[in-house]
Amino acid sequence: MAAPLVLVVLAAVTVRAALYRSSLAVFIAERVEVASPLNAWKRVVEGLALLDLGVSPYSGAIFHETPLIIYLFHFLIEYAELVFMFKKQKLLIELDKYAPDVAELIQTPMEMHYIPLKVALFYLLNPYTVMSCVAKSTCAINNSVIAFFILATIKGSAFLSAVFLALATYQSLYPLTLFAPALLYLLQRQFIPIKLKSKSFWLYTMQYTSLYLCSLVVIICLSFFLLNSWDFIPSVYGFILSVPDLTPNIGLFWYFFAEMFEHFSLFFVCVFQINVFFYTIPLAIKLKEHPMFFMFVQLAIISIFKSYPTVGDIALYMAFLPVWSHLYRFLRNIFILSCVLIFCSFLFPVLWHLWIYAGSANSNFYYAITLTFNIGQILLISDYFYAFLRREYYLTHGLHLTRQDGTEAMLVLK
Amino acid sequence: MGLLSDPQCRRALGRLLLRLNTPLCVLSYLSGLAWFLLLPLLAPRTYLSENAMGSTMVGEGSDLGPRALALARDFGEHRRREGGIPVSWLSHTMFQLGLEVHSQPFARTLPFPDEAHERYLVRGTNVFGVLRAPRAASTEALLLLVPCCEGGKNEQAVGLLLALAGYCRGQIYWAKDLIFLVTEHDLLGTQAWLEGYHGVNLTAMQSGPFPGRAGAIQAALALELSSDVLTSVDVAVEGLDGQLPNLDLLNLFQSFCHKNGLLCTLQGKLPPPEGPSGPGYAQSLRTLGLMVLGQAGGAPGGPHGLFLRFRIEALTLRGINSFRQHKFDLGALGRTLEGMFRKLNNLLERLHQSYFLYLLPSLARFVSIGSYAPALGLLLLVLALRALELWMRLSRSEEGEGEPPVGEARGGLLYLVPPILISGGAGAALYLLPVRGQAVATQHFPVGEAEAVVLALIGIYVAGMALPHSTHRALSGGGQRGWMTLKLLALLALALLLTCLALLNFSLGFLLGVTLVPPAAAVRPGGNRLPLALLLVLTTPGLSLFMAVLLERELLEAPAGLGEAWQRFLGALGQGLLQEHLHGAHLSPLLCLGAYPCWLLLWNVLFWK
Repeated sequence: MAAPLVLVVLAAVTVRAALYRSSLAVFIAERVEVASPLNAWKRVVEGLALLDLGVSPYSGAIFHETPLIIYLFHFLIEYAELVFMFKKQKLLIELDKYAPDVAELIQTPMEMHYIPLKVALFYLLNPYTVMSCVAKSTCAINNSVIAFFILATIKGSAFLSAVFLALATYQSLYPLTLFAPALLYLLQRQFIPIKLKSKSFWLYTMQYTSLYLCSLVVIICLSFFLLNSWDFIPSVYGFILSVPDLTPNIGLFWYFFAEMFEHFSLFFVCVFQINVFFYTIPLAIKLKEHPMFFMFVQLAIISIFKSYPTVGDIALYMAFLPVWSHLYRFLRNIFILSCVLIFCSFLFPVLWHLWIYAGSANSNFYYAITLTFNIGQILLISDYFYAFLRREYYLTHGLHLTRQDGTEAMLVLK
Repeated sequence: MGLLSDPQCRRALGRLLLRLNTPLCVLSYLSGLAWFLLLPLLAPRTYLSENAMGSTMVGEGSDLGPRALALARDFGEHRRREGGIPVSWLSHTMFQLGLEVHSQPFARTLPFPDEAHERYLVRGTNVFGVLRAPRAASTEALLLLVPCCEGGKNEQAVGLLLALAGYCRGQIYWAKDLIFLVTEHDLLGTQAWLEGYHGVNLTAMQSGPFPGRAGAIQAALALELSSDVLTSVDVAVEGLDGQLPNLDLLNLFQSFCHKNGLLCTLQGKLPPPEGPSGPGYAQSLRTLGLMVLGQAGGAPGGPHGLFLRFRIEALTLRGINSFRQHKFDLGALGRTLEGMFRKLNNLLERLHQSYFLYLLPSLARFVSIGSYAPALGLLLLVLALRALELWMRLSRSEEGEGEPPVGEARGGLLYLVPPILISGGAGAALYLLPVRGQAVATQHFPVGEAEAVVLALIGIYVAGMALPHSTHRALSGGGQRGWMTLKLLALLALALLLTCLALLNFSLGFLLGVTLVPPAAAVRPGGNRLPLALLLVLTTPGLSLFMAVLLERELLEAPAGLGEAWQRFLGALGQGLLQEHLHGAHLSPLLCLGAYPCWLLLWNVLFWK
């Protein structure tokens, strides 16, 4: 297992190093699909320059990173390329040493042995990740914090899990929704049943919540003391929530708010933001026995519906697809959906060129591809969800369904 | 719940797809071809969309004929004396006319000698004069371009340019600056000027700091004349990489020609008679075919072609002196140009109301993208049907075998890696080696550099075709599923390439689709390979280019023999390679890195063991 992994890591590092030195690096760094206003490297450099001049980095409307990131890069600015290359590599492979609570009749231990390698392969050699890395987008840092968080949760350490979740929430607001799956997983690990009347349930929940909130408060106060001002809160969280920058990206927000009248924009901002957080409740009810899958779906929902998504976020949840490779036989539309996603990824730069450089198209064309891409992602997640539910049904009711009169039955989702 | 999720519906559709696949594919392909052939019948008339250019009501007062001819004679004499562009005489004359004169020297070493224009180390000077708008802030500009030595001589055009400049200097209504540009070494000079003006470095052109600017150029006209009198004015629209100017500019030109009684033509032919008729349809189809071939080649139809990528709408006007009775003098052309510039002067924003993507069956009719896109869409449908069929067969065979052991499943995918890597590598070699390896080639073969490059290109191309035979040892294994998966990947890659091309350069996408879709759908190993191999060889991109050269000569009513066609083909290869380096064209990378690897994958599928 170690040798193929080392090979994969070497290949990934070579690809990234080769791209760094080529002329494509500048081109990729400017692509709107890869660098958003939240995580573009240009903006980090601008913030650092302002900091060096003694001005608050948040005084313009350019810089939207958190203070910890500024100080991290303050020390690492010369080694920026190395930082981005090695950020995420080691972590994902640790992911999967958990024992799933599924019957062995459908998934064998032999298949599971290769899953960490496949996850590493999916993440490291994913073109989305490579582009994100070459563009030096700080998305890689967000992804690695989330990966640490998942690792800590799986290993069962509530304290570390809470700390990393607090860091992830502090970086970009949306991982707040990962609180529910993490809590459910830790409860399951402690064998505490989820009954509303149970005292141990509330005790553990309170413990975890207080750990999380305390670490969050500590980190925010630390940021305050680093820069001696509360400026970063409106600049980072206000920016994420109120979506003032409408540069086109692969998300759904920019076109709507570019076309909307001022009068309604507050209402629609609230609606769009609630959309990200809202799915936690029904998913928690339906998937309370399966917190890992819940975590995966939640990650995907964050990547699709967040205010400034980039391909780095998509790469994060796609890296977890090999974990669910046993669901492959129940997927219905995987071919069409993967074709849609691949075609849209190639059409993004083509339509951008037609819009901005050739002038033959306009924003509608680019948004059409954005919409198609997001529909493809949503259908992919719902397909996996359906496959998961179907497998659960088969596990409890057997693989060959028969009706009362003995003829073969088919499972249909109504 | 829906088409995609209702199992009964899915099974029914799946069965339909598997049973009727070949008839559906053939029907789709033939419909695509038929749609394209019927396009001239569906073309509506052109109309001016931009409000600001609505009517042609301007009062042209110029009579530039005699003045233009006198200046033309002067220019011709000085040019003959100096052997190139007479920079000092031009600067002096423009200064006398009241323009702000600048000159831009440029130099470029071509990657390999250009046989068509016989040049290798190019050094030249562009001269341009700016007429500042008397009442505006130099925010916008219009441009008149005359290549100084086009076709050996273009002196009448320079004379007309100078006469027009003198006339315009006396008018007070100009709201945009007028730039009068005389370039040397035609396309190279224009490229150097544009790069310098916009401050970009797209190609390795060396020129000093740019002397002086006017505003952002809104529109440009290029002029080429070869005689003192003309019978008609021909217009060229295709730009670099098949980009086209806004249709409104063409409509403007046409309306002013009608106003001044000037005869305007497209591709040198008069418009076909109105109303449905056999000869009319044949001529429209011929014009359409020539435009598609020209656009697919990606070569600019004139110096205007280089402006389009900077979002400057531009046209090239060529004066033709044929055997007609009625001749026009330069004054009529001068009035047309004056009218056009006055109308462009009235524009409030860049031309954007009319179509950017269209095809012209004749000068007065156009086919918009909404009309011609289904032709390529039907061709892509063939690829989609085949890909779906392959996928269903692959997933059915997987279910049939039950769960394959882990090693085999992954091994199944590993067998695909050599063909894909080899095809990609061959494409990369085809793209990089000919120009970079020309030193090696000239050492080993007794040919000039240009021929060495072209022959190296052909050599690598043919060598790529020999690869499956020499690497079949690495490819053995994989079996039935192996070649089906490889064919699926090849189909998807081809579909992706054609989809991107449909948006960027429809003509190239359509031609590649027409030639590559039938073999892509039909290819399979096993059985009698000879007819399929023949089909694949006949539709390879290189041979398609050769056929395109033959077809173009045929459509131009100057059919070429095989020998002449071969020479033209070699010339086209050389020009294609040069254009990528000189102007940043995308045809060469697209064919080498996109179409050729797709074709090689299909070739690998055919020779699968």
